[in-house]
Amino acid sequence: MLRLLFLIPFFPFAGFALLALGGRRLGRRGSAAIGAGSVGLSALASLALSLDFLISPPAGYSYSQTLWTWMKVGGFDPGISFYLDALSLVMILVISVVSFLIHIYSSGFMSADEGRRRFFAYMNLFVGFMLTLVLADNLVLLYLGWEGVGLCSYLLIGFWYKDAANGRAARKAFIVTRVGDAAMAIALFLLFNKLGTLQIQALMRLASAHWQAGSGLAVAAAALLLTGALGKSAQLPLQTWLPDAMAGPTPVSALIHAATMVTAGVYLIARTNALFSLAPHVRLLVAVIGAATLLLAGFSALVQRDIKRVLAYSTISQIGYMFLALGVGAWSAAIFHFMTHAFFKALLFLGAGVVIKALGEEHDMFRMGGLRKQLPLAFWTFLAGAASLSALPLITAGFYSKDLILWDAWSSASGSVWLWAAGLAGAFLTSIYTFRMVFLTFFGRSRGRIGSLPGFSMQAPLVALAVLSLAGGFVEAPGLPVLSRFLHHSLPAMQQAGSATAQFAFGLIAAAASLSGIYLAYHLFLRRPSHAEALAASAPGRLLHRWWFAGWGFDWIYERIIVMPYTCLAHAGKNDLLDLIFTGMARTAAGAGRLLGKTQTGRTRWYAAGIAAGVIVVLAMMVNW
Amino acid sequence: MILAWLILWLLAGGLLAWFSARWGNAWPRWISLITLLVQLAALTGLWIGFFSHGNLAVAAPGQWLAELNLPWIPAWGARFHLALDGVGLLMILLTSFLGIVAVAASWQGIQHRVGFFHFNLLWILAAIDGVFLAVDLFLFYFFWELMLVPLYFLIGIWGHQNRVYAALKFFIFTQASSLVMLVAILGLYFAHANSSGVYTFDYLGLLGTPMSSFTEMALMLGFFIAFAVKLPVLPLHTWLPDAHTEAPTAGSVALAGLVLKVGAFGMLRFLLPLFPRAASDFSTLAMSLAVAGIIYGALLAFSQTDLKRMVAYTSISHMGFVLLGIFAWNQLALQGAIVIMIAHGVSTGALFVIVGDLQDRIHTRDLDRMGGLWSVMPRLSGAGLLFALASLGLPGLGNFVGEFLVLLGVYQVSIPLAVLASLGFIVSTVYALWLVQRVFLGRNKHHRQLPDYNLRESAIMAVMIVVITALGLYPQPVLSTARGALKKLGSYAPGHHQPEASGAVAHKDPQAGATKPGSGS
Repeated sequence: MLRLLFLIPFFPFAGFALLALGGRRLGRRGSAAIGAGSVGLSALASLALSLDFLISPPAGYSYSQTLWTWMKVGGFDPGISFYLDALSLVMILVISVVSFLIHIYSSGFMSADEGRRRFFAYMNLFVGFMLTLVLADNLVLLYLGWEGVGLCSYLLIGFWYKDAANGRAARKAFIVTRVGDAAMAIALFLLFNKLGTLQIQALMRLASAHWQAGSGLAVAAAALLLTGALGKSAQLPLQTWLPDAMAGPTPVSALIHAATMVTAGVYLIARTNALFSLAPHVRLLVAVIGAATLLLAGFSALVQRDIKRVLAYSTISQIGYMFLALGVGAWSAAIFHFMTHAFFKALLFLGAGVVIKALGEEHDMFRMGGLRKQLPLAFWTFLAGAASLSALPLITAGFYSKDLILWDAWSSASGSVWLWAAGLAGAFLTSIYTFRMVFLTFFGRSRGRIGSLPGFSMQAPLVALAVLSLAGGFVEAPGLPVLSRFLHHSLPAMQQAGSATAQFAFGLIAAAASLSGIYLAYHLFLRRPSHAEALAASAPGRLLHRWWFAGWGFDWIYERIIVMPYTCLAHAGKNDLLDLIFTGMARTAAGAGRLLGKTQTGRTRWYAAGIAAGVIVVLAMMVNW
Repeated sequence: MILAWLILWLLAGGLLAWFSARWGNAWPRWISLITLLVQLAALTGLWIGFFSHGNLAVAAPGQWLAELNLPWIPAWGARFHLALDGVGLLMILLTSFLGIVAVAASWQGIQHRVGFFHFNLLWILAAIDGVFLAVDLFLFYFFWELMLVPLYFLIGIWGHQNRVYAALKFFIFTQASSLVMLVAILGLYFAHANSSGVYTFDYLGLLGTPMSSFTEMALMLGFFIAFAVKLPVLPLHTWLPDAHTEAPTAGSVALAGLVLKVGAFGMLRFLLPLFPRAASDFSTLAMSLAVAGIIYGALLAFSQTDLKRMVAYTSISHMGFVLLGIFAWNQLALQGAIVIMIAHGVSTGALFVIVGDLQDRIHTRDLDRMGGLWSVMPRLSGAGLLFALASLGLPGLGNFVGEFLVLLGVYQVSIPLAVLASLGFIVSTVYALWLVQRVFLGRNKHHRQLPDYNLRESAIMAVMIVVITALGLYPQPVLSTARGALKKLGSYAPGHHQPEASGAVAHKDPQAGATKPGSGS
């Protein structure tokens, strides 16, 4: 059964190939059927393999499969090889199932778009690369998936290519993440040069065996891998591409933010946790970057008008939580939050898609309102997702995963009160901006009639994801940590200090933060909107509003210190300055020729005089010598 | 004898194509196509034969896959000596393949003096094959010069508006640098005669000629300049954008795909083995020039407004990786350089074909007059996107394998240069995406109605896509073919401190075997 592992990434790639080569004869239904069907098969295969894996676990709780040797030069021989263990099993399950639901939704959402065949082709390719990334047995194959998802995000963000702004957002996403990728490539060179392999399991064992904790090489390798992860996962300072990435169709945002792409960085760090454990300073940096990112993005989400931008900043912020967890060594908590986040963030984006479509491509929340009555199903499911994102206590999955991270940030041997406080403040911010979005969109005064209503293909995924967003957290209920027990086959357990009573108390504090945020949102945006307006109109309010709205000005700075100098340099050098050397030589030669040409006058007496002068000069030289 | 036939076959095909033009324009095209297809089939058969007989492992100096050694000018010690090794075999295969592409791509574009066109094309290919096979320096120089004249005609007669300037510039650059190499060849010839009393141009005889380090450096530089112009190496590259841009499509394919490779091949075959110490002393400078070329080419590609010129500058960037790999001089980097040479030939060749097809349709190369072409020509645009992605080094396509191996090898020699060269990943993304945006994406303002690829054009692209993908996912046949020749090359390195591909500290995996990849369960 496990021998069928390769089928999981194979199906989406095959779907891509069929869609790319099939041409127009596939038709409208054909494209959607192949697109959703291939990912569906992949999800089925993942489920079947998981069952098999759980019922009869392979030796060593892992299974690897080599299809062929990719390239072999001396001792460098990465394979097209897959590796299944507890960690990659959880990843492929979440990725394939959530992607499948998004594909089903897309078959309804994109049914009228003339480019749907291209759309499904890119979507399938995206899922295929993501599955390759998490199943890769060596870092080179992982890098293939890593670059592949970057490419697909480019293709899909710029899917509506006729608008130049979409192309710009797409290029930004690819180029910014590519900056991180270059750092990651260097990490690969370093690791291979020092340890002689890029096979991940062997690499981790070798690093632990040969490198001291805190040694320069371990720090350098971990820092470079971290840079790669920062790009893909949109963390400080490489987060700027994600808010613009919502230029693509809404299901694309759901795919990028929930199941694929941005979680790649989290996976990479979890996968190479042994290396990060050898570099405690880098690990602390991971936690600090996570904490800073979750706060900065939370503030930015607070002031956005565009519903998808709120969700985009919230993704950056929630990935920040995952980084925080990774940084304090709570590996399985990070993966747990990845899972619940995949459920509720996909749900929120798909719900937002329904809203946007119903209002005729309206993104501005201040022009929405009262949709509770008109779109009841979208409202209730969106509410479930929002509750989960705000970590509404006890009944939502988001509560269990976020609470676990907050507790770990405090109680871990490498945790601290500051990290915990940042996380708690972030949780408070999260519930404010989330329910601001809910109240502005679904409550208040209705703004007229709505257009299209979602069909069954769009409603079914919403319901499924809503159930997962609420109930998905019970796999890790306090006292019954099924998920982390399973993940501990792959990821080391965290060293923990703290009692069960303390954990309960911290849970209460987190719950209070979440609830008070929701109340504050209710007060500011539903009960007394005038208070919110007064706050925003005050002088510091205006300043902060502008600053946060622009994402803390990172784009502004990068534009000036990187983009503009590069384009200026390119345009200054457009005509290839080095060619001046040779055109200069050519001009000198031509000039000298013209000058000498003037001596050719045709007058015999000038020639005679020239010869005579020459003879005299030569004679004089001979005499003096 | 097969080696002489490889060249004679093309020379004869070229003559026949020329004379057949009197019967109609279709004749030269078909004759050229069949000539090249037969050659490619024969070479493939030969290649498979070497594989099945395990011949490719030969690694000792003087051992070749095939050899032809006839007396030629005994008075000077020049012999008609051709020999084939794995690297040469790969290059000749590439030559045949790109020759077919060039003929197929010119099928409709060339309507003027069709016979003479194909004569020139086949003679260029024959001369290039000669360069890849010659192991007598005098013979090598002969083929090296033979390549130049038909190429000059190709650019000068069938080129675009500024063709005469471009052809002349190309001729002067290559001719001047070739003369420097001729002096260096003669220098080596006499230096060898001085020490041994034997006058010979034979490669094997000249290997290990004792020389003062100054002489060795001077002679090495003589070779280097000629090869560096062809490759090209900064700052000797400025003929390239003009020549590539003004040449007809077949000329651009031949230039980018093959003529540039001749420079790299010359370094591998002659420069490193003949002057190992000088090359090694020079390596840091050469590699720095390579890195500068990678960045400079990408930067200028980004700023161009002429699409063909843009593609031409990307070549400079890619060839920087080849130069880097050659002078890093370890197995990883050398194998990477070989893979890039092939992948660049295919991917940039394909881009030049696409540019040519575009120019046939919209009669301009100006990026400002393009945009949004995806909506009218999805097939052409899809191919363009794919080869732009190959150009930026996307894993899964051929160029990535080469660049990755080169950088992996360079890292073992110089960490700063490897890190700087990795910036190439970023700057290449910038120009490749800009190209895609300017040509295929955005709003289509100028060209509402254009024919998409027909069967012939689709077939060319399909074959090239298959090759670049195969090279990206399973480059092993290429690596295995080159291995023997590159091992031999490695043995010439001063001190011969070849680490077996792995780094300074190759550790044993403590648990190796314990959790070996399970083959079933």
